[in-house]
Amino acid sequence: MGRFFLQRLLTAVPILLMVSLITFGLIHMVPGDPSAALGGLSATPAELAQLRHDLGLDRSLWVQLWLYYAGLLHGDLGRSILLGQGVAQATVQRLPVTLSLSLYALVITLLLGLATGIVGALRQNTLADQAVMMFAMFGISVPSFWLALLMIILFAVKLGWLPTGGYVPFTESPLGWLRTATMPAISLALLQVGLLARITRSTMLETLRQDFIRTARAKGLPGRMVVGKHALANALIPITTVVGIVITLLVSGSVVTETVFSIPGIGQLLTSAILNRDYPLVQGGLLIMTALLVLVNIGIDLCYALLDPRVRYDAR
Amino acid sequence: MPGEAAVLDAAPVRGRSPAAETLGRLLHHRLFVSGLVLFGVILAAAVLAPVIAPADPTRIAMRQKFLPPGAGHLFGTDNLGRSLWSRVIWGAQLSVLMGLAVVGLNAVFGTAVGALAGYYRRLDNVLMRINDALMAFPAILLAIGITAVLGPSTGDVILALAIVYIPRTARIVRSSVIVVREMEYVQAARACGAGDWRILRRHILPNSMAPLIVQLSFLFAYAVLTEATLSFLGLGAVPPTPTWGNIMAEGRQYMVEAPWIIAIPGVALMVTVLGLNMLGDGLRDVLDPRLRVQQ
Repeated sequence: MGRFFLQRLLTAVPILLMVSLITFGLIHMVPGDPSAALGGLSATPAELAQLRHDLGLDRSLWVQLWLYYAGLLHGDLGRSILLGQGVAQATVQRLPVTLSLSLYALVITLLLGLATGIVGALRQNTLADQAVMMFAMFGISVPSFWLALLMIILFAVKLGWLPTGGYVPFTESPLGWLRTATMPAISLALLQVGLLARITRSTMLETLRQDFIRTARAKGLPGRMVVGKHALANALIPITTVVGIVITLLVSGSVVTETVFSIPGIGQLLTSAILNRDYPLVQGGLLIMTALLVLVNIGIDLCYALLDPRVRYDAR
Repeated sequence: MPGEAAVLDAAPVRGRSPAAETLGRLLHHRLFVSGLVLFGVILAAAVLAPVIAPADPTRIAMRQKFLPPGAGHLFGTDNLGRSLWSRVIWGAQLSVLMGLAVVGLNAVFGTAVGALAGYYRRLDNVLMRINDALMAFPAILLAIGITAVLGPSTGDVILALAIVYIPRTARIVRSSVIVVREMEYVQAARACGAGDWRILRRHILPNSMAPLIVQLSFLFAYAVLTEATLSFLGLGAVPPTPTWGNIMAEGRQYMVEAPWIIAIPGVALMVTVLGLNMLGDGLRDVLDPRLRVQQ
């Protein structure tokens, strides 16, 4: 197991190296001079030179690259122009907000996605199954920001049940958190619910067709035991890998959701960084989020290996 | 011998080509047909935009602002009195064109990268490392990052979406090329003296197309959805050019008094994505039975 873990961790090194190189290259994709784009038309040549110097663009590419990696190793991702604050610090500050929202959405996704998928598989080709499949199809097709706006109109404006936006930290008031985070979490989760329901259903159906299920039924095991202990436990193994995709989608989806509900998380930070052309913040935020997700996916692979010994043996 | 000739004559039973066979099965697939109808409506609106929506979608008429949907203005008007019917129809055209451009770029470059990586083992390592890194970025975040540096415009959004999705397409093409590469008919072709280019073009690619076609129809859906999201965030085509995303972004301020400004483009977007997803499911069931979702 330790060997598998190490192997998996090592494959992340070249990926993270390339990812950081791509984020470094991003600012050099700015057409023309990034400092001109930043300073605007009114900037004096002296101001532009200062900006260029602040961004490190007045040095050679190799020196820039060297300083960039030296900074990364020190946990220094540059300074945000917009906030006048370190990029790493600004991002880490907002991380709990995004994480708590994503976690809430993940819980909704797992409960609803697994439940509907299982119902669909057990009641295959019935009305309930068709309803589940329709729901899942809508789930993967509804734009989340649009759903969010419709929910605001209905639940916040017309019915007045929930606030239209804003955010209360869980540590400050759990109830306030629930009130502000529920609509964002639902709108964020729906796509993944659809995805998970579809995959759970087809994996369950495949598992239910296996010989060991027939054996379990033949030896007289009650249906609940067959489904719960044999079918579900085995179907969950391939579903684990999907959770990695689900988490990636949740975290990236939060960019849009946070903007709609004005929640001060990383997503909103990134959006305002982009609209204000705060390049260091865009680069840093993108790098941190991606690195985090690469690590999450390694964690998921580990769970997978723990659940299914065959994966460990194959890796050797 | 007369008997032998009769057997040979009888060999092709009915004159249906494989393509006609596949088409027949697709047209009997309920999900595919429903998807075709939904997407067909949007496609028709996009193609016929100049005919069915002759009113200029950017023409401002302050006296007619916030008219609810009804006679005169089928979809109502927005905060500047612009006809929402025209704006949504022209938005459909932009969405479809952008989706097509992204799909086209993916079909060309995704296939090229995937085929090269799958066929030449030496290239595989290098190409797939770059691919893995690009795929490590969450799709929408990378798209946002790229449009952020390039600046908001239609062409840059297409470029960003292409960069985001080509690695995903390439990976799918690569994995089917790797399987087909080992087939006996490929070895036979090589034994006959066929060159790499001929083998790739005539033998490998035509036999690895099914997963690509399925992927492209889902990709069309993602591209339209992501483009709408980007322009909703203010990173897409610049107003007053109407896109579904920026219509909704502008309508957001007035969503209580004039909810139709965000409702209608949202429905159009959902119908498009729903239609394409259904088409994709149908294509997958018919073209690529290995990936079939159990019915």
